[in-house]
Amino acid sequence: MTDILTADEQRSLRALVAMIIPASAKHGVPGADDDAIFADILGSLGRDVGHVVAALRRLRVLAGGVFADLDTARRDAVAEVFRVEGGVDLVRLSNIALQCYYRDDRVMRSLGMEPRPPFPKGFEVEQGDWSLLDPVRARAKIWRDAP
Amino acid sequence: MALDKVDVVIIGAGASGGAVAWSLAETRMRIVCLEQGDWQKPSEYPSAGRDWEARQMNDMNPSPNRRAREADYPINEDDSPIKIANFNGVGGGTVLYAAHFPRFHPSDFRVKSLDGVGDDWPIDYKTLEPFYAENDRMTGVSGLAGDPAYPPKQPMMPPLPLGKGGAMLARGLNKLGWHWWPSDSAIATTDYEGRAKCINLGHCTSGCAQGAKASTDITYFPMAMRAGVEVRTRARVREITVGPDGMASGVVYYDDKGVEQFQPAEVVIVACNGVGTPRMLLNSVSGKFPNGIANSSGLVGKNLMFHPYARIYGYFDGPTDGYRGPGDCIWSQEFYETDRARGFLRGYTFELTRGQGAVMAAVHGMATGRLPWGEDHHDAYRKLFSHRAGMVGICEDLPEEHNTVTLDPVLKDSNGIPAPKITYTLSENSRRMLDHAVARGTDILKAAGAYDVGHEAPLQEGGWHLMGTARMGKDPERSVVNEWGRSHDVKNLFIVDGSIFVTSAGVNPTCTIQALALYVADAMKQRLANLFD
Repeated sequence: MTDILTADEQRSLRALVAMIIPASAKHGVPGADDDAIFADILGSLGRDVGHVVAALRRLRVLAGGVFADLDTARRDAVAEVFRVEGGVDLVRLSNIALQCYYRDDRVMRSLGMEPRPPFPKGFEVEQGDWSLLDPVRARAKIWRDAP
Repeated sequence: MALDKVDVVIIGAGASGGAVAWSLAETRMRIVCLEQGDWQKPSEYPSAGRDWEARQMNDMNPSPNRRAREADYPINEDDSPIKIANFNGVGGGTVLYAAHFPRFHPSDFRVKSLDGVGDDWPIDYKTLEPFYAENDRMTGVSGLAGDPAYPPKQPMMPPLPLGKGGAMLARGLNKLGWHWWPSDSAIATTDYEGRAKCINLGHCTSGCAQGAKASTDITYFPMAMRAGVEVRTRARVREITVGPDGMASGVVYYDDKGVEQFQPAEVVIVACNGVGTPRMLLNSVSGKFPNGIANSSGLVGKNLMFHPYARIYGYFDGPTDGYRGPGDCIWSQEFYETDRARGFLRGYTFELTRGQGAVMAAVHGMATGRLPWGEDHHDAYRKLFSHRAGMVGICEDLPEEHNTVTLDPVLKDSNGIPAPKITYTLSENSRRMLDHAVARGTDILKAAGAYDVGHEAPLQEGGWHLMGTARMGKDPERSVVNEWGRSHDVKNLFIVDGSIFVTSAGVNPTCTIQALALYVADAMKQRLANLFD
């Protein structure tokens, strides 16, 4: 997918996803512009590539040039406008960023998850307290007879 | 060149196609089931990979328009606030369903008599009861006997675990004094008939890699095929043909190479769901049936019913089950039966659900404005992820003739077959019911301790249940098939899917779709000597 976006569009996309999910020293996690995560994003545009391209074109218009080349204050202002009016194109773009970010090993570990697919190991779910059902068991039938 | 004539051709290998194929197999008739999709490989289901949540938004999306696989056909749903969900492949919708498996209630078959709306079914709960039980055995249903919201029934296996989220919500319901019960689920909680038990993969709605969830590709079809049924995949049926005698003579389909084939048959059974079936019938035009086969009543494609869904969710200080465990958990039918004081007729089921995966927690958080951009993203996310539980209200939809499936004048599938167009308006009764579900669901979540509650109603992507578009009845002017699924107009044409529903009830329909298919198959077997009389 890297050949679909121009170098400027890739830089702007990277700058944008870093603003959506920045790195956090507090939580010990990278930002969405991390090398591995951003490579995953570029490789995951898939059926939404048209939306991403449209979003980046709109971003360029709002920025009056290459978004990534703006100074910090101007970038913040443009991003805020884009966040509000980006529409479905921005939603699809941010969904791709989120799906790649939250499957990164480092991020999953920070959330207490094992970095693995659900199958084949599966997960434990506690049975819970079935005595909670006692008051419901005591109820008379609530379904209606029908003629 | 025509293929060899078969006794029975079944169109569609989903929930009802599997049940009817298996039941008829014991007759030793030659039966062929044509399916436009493929067999699924459980090892390729999303939960076997790291991109499991991403795939649910893409190639395993429940929307055929978004999924857009080769086996899918497009649907024009611009004129509907509720969008279609389905799956095309062996197993059909059961591949992607949540496996919530409630039966209808006795009152659901007598809507007109009891509440003065809709219509009564030509059959009743007692008629279907043995077929419900047979379907439960074939499917492998987990649950708990003794639910005061139902006549007695006996699930095969113990219920799914309550978990943290279920227990939390159950406490809320108990505070309010409202009904709840472990959901009947088509998910094995013990090893069952060669299927391994559930290991809480937590992603039932994009296929079960473990095989614990009962989709018909692993339940009915293997048994039907061992009994001699042939399943022919990548076979997309264009139309049902009619002979000079006015009887169905077979079907025309496109094979996996796109080559047109004619499959002659003594009996044609349609099992394509509440959208695919009327599309098939309306596309089957002939001199005798210029408005589509089996459509002398003019009701093919009319009375489309969904279940309008309300989703109500809350965030809690304590942890919920998050990404672990099946969505199925417990249900509440406190508001199921009609109470006119509520301002609407009929009612709904609350299907209480666990949490979300890591990606969906973020996507939903962003969409609802709970998850900001920038520095605060991470703190906000950690309050959402694995802190959510909730429910959906599954509202009974009443039949209205202006809600329709028709043929789109422009849109076609990859074989050039006209695609369906959905025209649907939410009724005032449904809107009031949704509002009630949102209000009462909010009560439950607050009683359970949620500090932040949200909702969506109607759920736009919630068109999972497709019913009513070829309804059954005794009057040929008011129905498409008779009380045992045979077309009034064409005596060797049967329909067995959700399109024959008269009303929708307020529960997931798969269990009833399959019980009906078994019932129709049984009626056919009882009448084999004079089936066409």
